[in-house]
Amino acid sequence: MKLCCTVNGEWCALDDVAGSESLLRLLRERLRLPGTKNACEQGECGSCTVYVDGESVCSCLVAAGQVDGSDIVTVEGLADGADAHPVQEAFVSAGAVQCGFCTPGLVVAAHALLARTPDPTDAELREALAGNLCRCTGYEKIFDAVRIAAGKTEAT
Amino acid sequence: MTTVDRAVRDTVGAPVRRADGMPKVRGEFAFSSDLDAPGMLWGATVRSPHPHARVLRIDASAATAMNGVRAVLTHHDIPGANRFGLERRDQPVLAAGLVRYAGEPVAIVAADDPVTASRAAKAIVVEYDVLEPLTDPEEALRGAGPELHEGGNIVAHRRIRKGSGIPEADVVVTGTYEVGMQDQAFLGPESCLAVPGGDGGIDLLCSTQWLHIDRDQLCDVLALPEDKVRLTLSGVGGAFGGREDLSVQAHACLLALRLGRPVKMVYDREESFAGHVHRHPAWLEYEHGATKEGKLVYVKARILLDGGAYASTSHAVTGNAGCFAAGPYEVPVVHVDSYSVYTNNPPCGAMRGFGAVQACFGYESQMDKLAAALELDPVELRLRNAVRTGSAMATGQRIHGPAPVAELLTRVRDMPLPGEPDVLRPGGTGNTTDGEGVRRGVGYGVSVKNICKSLGYDDYGTARVRLAVAGGEPVVSVHTAAAEVGQGLVTVQAQIARTELGVDEVTVVPADTAVGDAGTSSASRQTWVSGGAVKAACDAVREAVLVAAASVCGEPAADLRLEEGHLASAATGRTWRLADVLGDRVIDETRVYRHRETFPLDPETGQGDGHVAFAFAAHRAVVDVDVDLGLVRVVEIACAEDVGRAMNPPAVEGQMHGGIAQGLGLALMEEIQVEGGLIRNPSFTDYLIPTTLDMPAVKLDILELPRDDSPYGLTGVGEPSLLSCPAAVVAAIRDATGVDVTRIPVRPDALATTVEAGRGDPL
Repeated sequence: MKLCCTVNGEWCALDDVAGSESLLRLLRERLRLPGTKNACEQGECGSCTVYVDGESVCSCLVAAGQVDGSDIVTVEGLADGADAHPVQEAFVSAGAVQCGFCTPGLVVAAHALLARTPDPTDAELREALAGNLCRCTGYEKIFDAVRIAAGKTEAT
Repeated sequence: MTTVDRAVRDTVGAPVRRADGMPKVRGEFAFSSDLDAPGMLWGATVRSPHPHARVLRIDASAATAMNGVRAVLTHHDIPGANRFGLERRDQPVLAAGLVRYAGEPVAIVAADDPVTASRAAKAIVVEYDVLEPLTDPEEALRGAGPELHEGGNIVAHRRIRKGSGIPEADVVVTGTYEVGMQDQAFLGPESCLAVPGGDGGIDLLCSTQWLHIDRDQLCDVLALPEDKVRLTLSGVGGAFGGREDLSVQAHACLLALRLGRPVKMVYDREESFAGHVHRHPAWLEYEHGATKEGKLVYVKARILLDGGAYASTSHAVTGNAGCFAAGPYEVPVVHVDSYSVYTNNPPCGAMRGFGAVQACFGYESQMDKLAAALELDPVELRLRNAVRTGSAMATGQRIHGPAPVAELLTRVRDMPLPGEPDVLRPGGTGNTTDGEGVRRGVGYGVSVKNICKSLGYDDYGTARVRLAVAGGEPVVSVHTAAAEVGQGLVTVQAQIARTELGVDEVTVVPADTAVGDAGTSSASRQTWVSGGAVKAACDAVREAVLVAAASVCGEPAADLRLEEGHLASAATGRTWRLADVLGDRVIDETRVYRHRETFPLDPETGQGDGHVAFAFAAHRAVVDVDVDLGLVRVVEIACAEDVGRAMNPPAVEGQMHGGIAQGLGLALMEEIQVEGGLIRNPSFTDYLIPTTLDMPAVKLDILELPRDDSPYGLTGVGEPSLLSCPAAVVAAIRDATGVDVTRIPVRPDALATTVEAGRGDPL
């Protein structure tokens, strides 16, 4: 099928998209945007989280055909040029990154959380990020990062 | 003359931001699954659906006829040895006749795109003569069932006989325990890109824990010399032991060399569960004898580990389970037999904790049982028996270096307990209780593990450090083959170079096999060993700078010091900019670092000086258990650990947090379900790892008691925080419920049904 969408502000027109192709595969393999990660393809790990029309979703669960006409933002689209987004900066300053494979998905999920709940409680924070698996950090410093980005604590 | 105007930042001990942090948060860091190359093909693997079978015939005609399929290879197409393995080369690269586990690779295919490759793999018809699988490790140990490898099904047997005969004891407790099969569940799937070189060789970009051992195995498989098999580390999405064995590497190289085109391979999650080894499941039988005052008299243990179809690191895991079977306690008589066996279950090998985790669940469960029998506080019993510096371990080895077991345990005990209620109840957001039926419990665990490679292994690391001037400033580049797997090694290497050479600008170049062997990023050894090598190379660079500077500065080298980008004379107080002294001179030094020698243990008694160092941790777990539903909420984990020197404190904390999470997972939720040799839950839908809703509040207490035999006094920090976490969680569950839990992970039915049956302590 033929498909048009906006990805990180750029208009894309794509031909020969298979009906079985996921948004994740479209981003990674067709548009060469590998920042969005593939770790399970079952919507369990959140590593492929992106925005579709302002809503954060697991891109592995979205058929490419569903995003015709949509506005997509991936982790590559959050920074303002050379300036990292405050959520990205907070992940680095909090030490919330280890292997980093879950990081793009968590950065988008945290970005989405703060967009709808600028001042989350710890319970809200835990629930909002429960769809994103991290195997390295035990989440402690990821919580710290979100608190820093929310302006609740200072970076150390 | 100039003045020294500012201190070098980000040195050893400072809290340093990760060098790779910003590319990772921006999605710009290239993991091995993100690579591509012009003209690249995609590989896929055909795997046996049977745990034990003979391959009768492989018919690839339908696959090769497909549009876009470039090659199908079987064991006939391997130019070298069809064998790999870390301790024994007992594993075929592609099955040649017999398959020994479900998921064993039988054929590989390359095609123009991943969908075609996957379809082609499914179109390859393999005819099997299906055999009865050997899936019971006890049977394998008895010698029942088919012999899966030449020489029998016992992979390893570690005997420990400390002291003579089992003495009389006032109190004796026995117990049997079981540990399920845990998966490393790293998020970055197995993946690589193999690019044929113009010289008949191969360039491989891959995720691994040890580039050189991959290379050595690949040279034999591909029948190529070392200089034609060049490996570069790409971004590694976690490891935890699961990337010590080869997975995609040999297959991708075979396809790329056959076709003369780059080949990429990436596993999906289900294939990943078949594509790497797991933590050995264990069955442990224990007997502890003590005086009525609570001093241990003896420990007897028999530990059986299921190694699955191939040896991997079973031998060393079995050794560890045996050596640490008595725990960090002074025990005059220790009598242990630990075994690992071949079965047709999935192969098991390295995972964080490496045999010491399984043993810890056994001995710490026993210590609680003993405390109850003696009517002693469990912490008090542990304090009465804790090893200290100079104590003899079960192997007879005297502990050299800090052994603050009592202090660690006291510290976690004395931390304030969390208040009630927790932010979440058992059942979490399932909202299954308003607090009725919820009981709180507190439990403790202490643990010990060896750091670095043991038992006479010639373990070393290599580093090349180069100092030159660029843009008017001194710059250092550090080159090792040490694998950054997420632990923060790249950052630590740069910290060491800044500290030793007083230079701000340090680049750690990508790890590859162009430099000497670094050894493995496992056994909590890499900062010690490769860190030691970087320090040694920096020492050599500094010496060379001082010699060169002596003639430029006109002062003897012995009077000169290198600090903060300058040279300073102790005799005259004069200083010179390092960049001016160096000019266009390049100083380039390579050094090898070895830790102190170890020795094999006596095969009969298991006694000997087998280990470089021992690391210790203590955990306190607080849990809420809904005794009606058998649901557990861990409220808090407190962990105290001696790290010798916290090289980069946030990274040390990160290692501890992560180890605790994996320990909690093993205690409560993570298990590969194997039935008849088949993995029943190869997905993150059914293999559960802790989420933000499962993790409790975590309190850390980091001790820095310097060693005298390691760089900067450090010791390894990768593993200890996991070791006694499961034991502490289970102790807390027992405390809350009164149920004698003997198996991890603890399933809800183990708690709920036991309570129903009246054996527990219901409301």
